Amino acid sequence: MGLVNQIKYLTLYKIIGTAVISRQTRKSLRHYRLPRGWREDILAPPLRIGAYTQQMIAKHYLEGRYVNGVKPVAWVTSGAPIEILKALGYYILYPENHGALCGARKVAQEISEEAERDGYSIDICSYARTDIGTALSGKTPVGKLPKPDLLLCCTNICQTVLYWYRVLADYYEVPLIVIDTPFVYEEANDHDIKYVKRQLESSIEVSEGIAGRSLNFKRLKEVVRASKDAADLWLQCLKANRRKPAPISVFDQFIHMAPIVEKRGDPETVDFYARMLAEINRRVENGVGAVKHERKRVLWDNLPIWYRIRFLSESLAEHGVAVVASTYTNAWGELAPLMDVERPVESMAKTYTYPILNRGTGHKLRTMESMIKAYSLNGAILHSDRSCKPYSIGQMDQRLKLLNERGIPALLLEADHNDPRAFAGEQAVSRLKAFVEMMEA
Amino acid sequence: MKVLKSLGIDAGSTTLKIVGLDEERQIVFSIVEEPDPKIEEQVDALLREIGTRYDTASAKVVATGYGSNLLRADEKITEISCHARGIYEYFKTGGTAVDIGGQDNKVMLISENGKVIDFMMNDKCASGTGRFLENTAWRLKIPIEKMADLALKSDGEVPISSTCAVFAESEVISQLSRGHKLAHVIKGLHRAMVKRIGGMIYAIGIRPPLMLSGGVAKNRMVVQMIEEETGETVLLPEDPQIIGAYGAAVLGL
Repeated sequence: MGLVNQIKYLTLYKIIGTAVISRQTRKSLRHYRLPRGWREDILAPPLRIGAYTQQMIAKHYLEGRYVNGVKPVAWVTSGAPIEILKALGYYILYPENHGALCGARKVAQEISEEAERDGYSIDICSYARTDIGTALSGKTPVGKLPKPDLLLCCTNICQTVLYWYRVLADYYEVPLIVIDTPFVYEEANDHDIKYVKRQLESSIEVSEGIAGRSLNFKRLKEVVRASKDAADLWLQCLKANRRKPAPISVFDQFIHMAPIVEKRGDPETVDFYARMLAEINRRVENGVGAVKHERKRVLWDNLPIWYRIRFLSESLAEHGVAVVASTYTNAWGELAPLMDVERPVESMAKTYTYPILNRGTGHKLRTMESMIKAYSLNGAILHSDRSCKPYSIGQMDQRLKLLNERGIPALLLEADHNDPRAFAGEQAVSRLKAFVEMMEA
Repeated sequence: MKVLKSLGIDAGSTTLKIVGLDEERQIVFSIVEEPDPKIEEQVDALLREIGTRYDTASAKVVATGYGSNLLRADEKITEISCHARGIYEYFKTGGTAVDIGGQDNKVMLISENGKVIDFMMNDKCASGTGRFLENTAWRLKIPIEKMADLALKSDGEVPISSTCAVFAESEVISQLSRGHKLAHVIKGLHRAMVKRIGGMIYAIGIRPPLMLSGGVAKNRMVVQMIEEETGETVLLPEDPQIIGAYGAAVLGL
């Protein structure tokens, strides 16, 4: 069985699959064509790097199809400290990223309904429903997901993941590592960081046991270095938007953030973002803006509305509104300076305790205020995400504070990141348009 | 033949409103009709008829509302901007404007010079809108215009806890089957609706004066309860239902 898997992995993924995908990338780069129906009148062409984004995602999921029995497989939450697993040679799958992909391909609802039919409430996070729906039905737009040998759940993004991963542990009958990160109101206490560090240290033994090898600290440092470098480059890509016009939009960021989430710790991800930054810098040099005729610049708070990215991008660009900065995409870059290659475990403990979702609402407000200043923004769109309560809580007050204390118009847009049933298109467009009129008045 | 300078069309979810203005910004006529499924044909027919009565050659047409997508107009502007402008033009003051429509409630903060500073709308739920009362009126076979009279004459009130326009209907039936008086239940229904609107007004932060528009503002019980709920005296236009179309017409001048 092991040998059969090895041969399949080698031939179908390593040799044939990789060659086919690379050929497609080269072809799409040589014969660059705009996506069908692209609104050239209001939007700059998509970034060329998109061909590589697609390549990385395609390779990642293709590897996943043949990886069981070849590499240990871990399913992890989006903010999980994956560097130890990476250093142990795990193939890492992010159910949230897979959920986002299902959302963007407009199949999340159908897959969620599989979970709902099994009794999971529609009030549960739509990522969790999409993931459990895939587990139960096998439905996925990527062909097949590998079965996990280990689950890693970090509570730094929400508490839902705890229950979600317990369901997965029960379903797949595999060990579950929980990294519990204390909530940070202002600054984390030393004992908080020590507590997380101790959990990371004690997770090593379980992870080693399943991988069948010992952790090499030199390798761990290399992985942390790659994570830090990629996150740093990602942050530079985002910061390029301080220029006017903004070279990329937040909608572009939503698409090109896939590698920093699911391929963090890989050297190729560092190369990818270096290449992306170079392309963005060329846009800056040539004065190219993501939105043609950029007149207003706004912030996006919370997760994307995956199934309506292009629709929202066009609806806003039509009015010369560029969505320039986002607390969400920023979250994968802002912690880069906390990573310390020389003290990998301790710095991971700190880095993974500090995500925006594990901090108070005051911190998020301050983050938004500083982004509004740094990126010269005229307004803010706060996506009130039915599925993501930790991200959405506080938005009513944050909205009023931005308006009353900073004079920044802010719109609360009710939707859901993955469930189109919670999105009212007509209402959304009418509010966005009214918001634009208000900014321009 | 009187010359029209501007025509405002508010193609709402429940009613279609058209207002014509002359060069002195005066309302020459207003029309309120139920919308046909083919609203563009209905509007074309109405405009043709208006053209036989007035000189519309130089009139600018501004459309607003959910049905405005298919309409031929010189400009399309959102309901927020139109209602805010309509109410500002009518009362000549900034403050808090509340529009209670068929399926939409809007709360707008208007600056002293007529600009929209902030707004809030009900997003995915028709709770607290005209539909909330309409559903129950229809279920109880009471003409919608009689609902306010029944509530105003009521000597008691039964609380309706549901904020859902659909579930409120079954709650009303349930309360009636327990022997509560119809008028008491109807008054409770008005209260539930106004509480919901009050919640939106408070969420945005009230700035007096409080001004109402929209078809539901014709309901005297709603107006009285909004005053009780907020402690503010409400300014009410003569015909609150046409304020959106009026604002659209003003923006066309």
